[in-house]
Amino acid sequence: MSGDKILNVDRLAMRFGGIVAVQDLSFAAERKKITALIGPNGAGKTTVFNCITGFYKPSGGAIRLTHDGRTIALERLNDFNIAKQAKVARTFQNIRLFPGMTALENLMVAQHNALMRASGFTFLGLIGAPGYRDAEKRAIDLATDWLKRVNLLDRADDAAGNFAYGDQRRLEIARAMCTEPALLCLDEPAAGLNARESAALSELLLSIRDDLGTSILLIEHDMSVVMEISDHIVVMDHGVKIAEGTPREVRDDPKVIAAYLGADEEEAAAVMEGGS
Amino acid sequence: MDYFAQQLINGLVLGSIYGLIAIGYTMVYGIVGMINFAHGDVFMIGGFIALITFLLLISTGLTAIPVILLVVLLVSMAITALYGWTIERIAYRPLRHSFRLAPMLSAIGMSFVLTNYSQVAQGARVKPIPPVITGGYTLHESADGFVIQLSNIQIIVVITTIVLLAIFTWLVSRTRLGRDMRACEQDQTMAALLGVNVDRTISMTFVIGAALAAVAGLMYLLYYGLVDFFMGFVAGIKAFTAAVLGGIGSLPGAMLGGLAIGLIETFWSAYFSVEYKDVAAFSILIVVLIFMPTGLLGRPEVEKV
Amino acid sequence: MTTPSTNPAKPATSVPALLKTAFVNALIALVLFSLMIGIRTEAGSSGQLTYWTRFGDLASIVAAVFGGSIVIELLRQWIGPTGAEKLVPPAVQSGISFIGRYLAPALLIFTLLVPVIFYNQRYILDLAILVLTYVMLGWGLNVVVGLAGLLDLGYVAFYAVGAYSYALLATNFGWSFWVCLPLAGILAAFWGVLLGFPVLRLRGDYLAIVTLAFGEIIRLVIINWQDLTGGPNGVSGIPRPSFFGIPLDNSDDGLAAWLHIEYSTTHRIVFLFYLILALALLTNWATIRLRRLPIGRAWEALREDEVACRALGINTTTTKLTAFATGAMFGGFAGAFFATRQGFISPESFTFQESALVLAIVVLGGMGSQLGVALSALAMIGGFELFRSLEGYRMLVFGMAMVLIMIWRPRGLIGHRAPTVFLTKAKAISSDLVKEGHG
Repeated sequence: MSGDKILNVDRLAMRFGGIVAVQDLSFAAERKKITALIGPNGAGKTTVFNCITGFYKPSGGAIRLTHDGRTIALERLNDFNIAKQAKVARTFQNIRLFPGMTALENLMVAQHNALMRASGFTFLGLIGAPGYRDAEKRAIDLATDWLKRVNLLDRADDAAGNFAYGDQRRLEIARAMCTEPALLCLDEPAAGLNARESAALSELLLSIRDDLGTSILLIEHDMSVVMEISDHIVVMDHGVKIAEGTPREVRDDPKVIAAYLGADEEEAAAVMEGGS
Repeated sequence: MDYFAQQLINGLVLGSIYGLIAIGYTMVYGIVGMINFAHGDVFMIGGFIALITFLLLISTGLTAIPVILLVVLLVSMAITALYGWTIERIAYRPLRHSFRLAPMLSAIGMSFVLTNYSQVAQGARVKPIPPVITGGYTLHESADGFVIQLSNIQIIVVITTIVLLAIFTWLVSRTRLGRDMRACEQDQTMAALLGVNVDRTISMTFVIGAALAAVAGLMYLLYYGLVDFFMGFVAGIKAFTAAVLGGIGSLPGAMLGGLAIGLIETFWSAYFSVEYKDVAAFSILIVVLIFMPTGLLGRPEVEKV
Repeated sequence: MTTPSTNPAKPATSVPALLKTAFVNALIALVLFSLMIGIRTEAGSSGQLTYWTRFGDLASIVAAVFGGSIVIELLRQWIGPTGAEKLVPPAVQSGISFIGRYLAPALLIFTLLVPVIFYNQRYILDLAILVLTYVMLGWGLNVVVGLAGLLDLGYVAFYAVGAYSYALLATNFGWSFWVCLPLAGILAAFWGVLLGFPVLRLRGDYLAIVTLAFGEIIRLVIINWQDLTGGPNGVSGIPRPSFFGIPLDNSDDGLAAWLHIEYSTTHRIVFLFYLILALALLTNWATIRLRRLPIGRAWEALREDEVACRALGINTTTTKLTAFATGAMFGGFAGAFFATRQGFISPESFTFQESALVLAIVVLGGMGSQLGVALSALAMIGGFELFRSLEGYRMLVFGMAMVLIMIWRPRGLIGHRAPTVFLTKAKAISSDLVKEGHG
């Protein structure tokens, strides 16, 4: 695989007491590309995500992020530092918006660190310094921009808790993008979306990759989305990587089919040869 | 050395009383996930009920102390258990699905109600009784005249605690109720779907906790010879500390924690300062929660993101 | 096929069933109260415990329970599943929200004029000062509990730190109130950081009980460290504040002489009134400003979902600490005021009951709502005063009120939250959506 790597996962391991969730996992995500992490339920995908984004401390291995000429070891950072310093943003499998705050407020919270600096850690803001007011205006503009992109501008002042499920998913992605990340990690963004919404999601992610140059790493079960937008796919099962490659390569890989069907590898190959 | 041994005995006895109260805290936290702030005051009510029953029986002319104590024990357990049941029904059950702060504030309110109720109903003064159980055994007499004593009341407290613990452990591990309680602790919804009467199981948890607190109240009354309306507050916090130290949700842990707190408090008073003994207990609570939140025998929790 | 409602109307209870419920309740009451109320013990002069019976009281209480059960059950049936709508019809509800918009400014104007209106009623002025003190405490705790969602049961500790700081600095070094006031706030904030740092990773009930323990430790230390704090005797002779240096007394260089008016002790009371009002309004202003700044928004986001905050790069530990410290600072200011108003402080004023009272004020007000907290402080403290004649029963009524309020209206008086930034229109967010915080 050619290309400049933004994320290097090197022999990652995660153990919970006696249970080994992830074992000796190595893969890389290319810059400005969409990498998908797929596999049957229980394969350890979300665990990998949690390790990359700092919510779990890996039991072994290394995770390196390379951006702006610097390489950062993610396995040593706290979760919020990974978001703040390494510019890795994420969404969650069970949507985690701020339900009692409006869509706009949600997107403003995402820009917290920039705004804190501009407000002189609150002191300048308290006295109403113009520097802060400009920064706040810029933040609102960025938020408005993103609301337009995800088609939620007319609901900017509505409470996020009141949004329909599909809208909440899009809002969560917009919020993650407001942190201006280098790497966007999405945990099952298409879960619960119907065909039309999935297509819109695919469009959105492609535009994020193409217009903004943000690298994307996503976990997904919806194969139509995965096949359509991924540049590179990594397949996991039972905590290990069993295949990786382009969408076509992975689709035809008997190991992958066997994992999903729960069948034997030879059986799957046989079925494929017989069937296709 | 002899002084140490005496404090050891005293500490274990005090710890038994704390342990009995701590069981109530740990059971309730295990099953409904809330700290029952009113539990310490249930202990206080138990002490009062025991006192009044005792007084009534004595005034009827009965002199057989063992009989009197047995009746007092049963009556105070029964009535205090009813208090526990009523409190759960009024203040906690309606809030079971409410937001998190609601049952806690309701419990605090209930605690104030009980404390003040006792103060108003029985007056603010301390209620003393003459020593009921006297005598004991001299275990050892040292050269300089210090005597290690084991009093009868101390023996009774420890034996009662052991008996109750045995009954209670049997209850939790062998009976249907115990199984239901453990099921509700793990997953209330699933237990309900499998036919467990969750409401009744939770009620019984409170009832048992209150009954044990009543025993603790009687023991306290016999051991210290008095009750007062405010004794529930500090005892409650110490017992809760014991529950946390032992590992919240673990029954042997509650007893272990109780003994530990009793010992720590007794030794601290004996060797350091009496005034700050409560500070010692509260500090332990803070230290345990910060550094060892699962306690000695508890189960660690992993947060799912 | 219509979906079944979540609150199906209960079938009208027949009279026999109603009586049976009431009878059972009365029986339970009889058992519960038989010994505690039916018998009254008292320690005699020689230490001997005696008792007498009060069966009359017992009978009336049991009867009250019986009657009350019937009334409650009938009420419940009459209100039915539509609940509040029957009690307060929609037309009245919208009327109330209309008034609500003007309530805050109207209340402010009224408060400013209180010393003018009630100039000669010392009792009312004192009560007003007390209410405003609790309003300020409520607004201070609101930052911690209402905005950041951190359960603090030991807020009285910061109140105590502020009070004792001023008292000790003033009586030992003679520093003026105006110098000590910011110091009290800083010391309290410092204490808040010290306390907060080790405990803020705790969640929910655990954080609550640890803060309770801290509050109690502070009180016990104050009681026992006699050399520093005077122990249970407290600190007395705390100087009253001056009008920016001009003493408020009878002397020739007093304010009265300066203004060529007759001296009256009411001057000092009026000054104290405006002082606490100014401090409270400062707390209010700061809270409103901070809510609109990134730190305030981070506090509220913390309450809504801490994990999401961390995923957005927010250092939740420092965010919690700033909330704690800010709330502590306002508590400290209030404490300094309390010391100067009373002239004397003792550990008895800083019990757990105070913390619980302030917490109840914040929760009843509707967490996060400034107006709600003010109204609820007025109701609670005013209500407390009304019950002054029933001194012994006050905590009993307060406790019952807490339980009832949690059952009836756990989200508080004000049912919504106002957003801090909006594009076109600020729409109030219903309290049902607002989380109460886990930390």
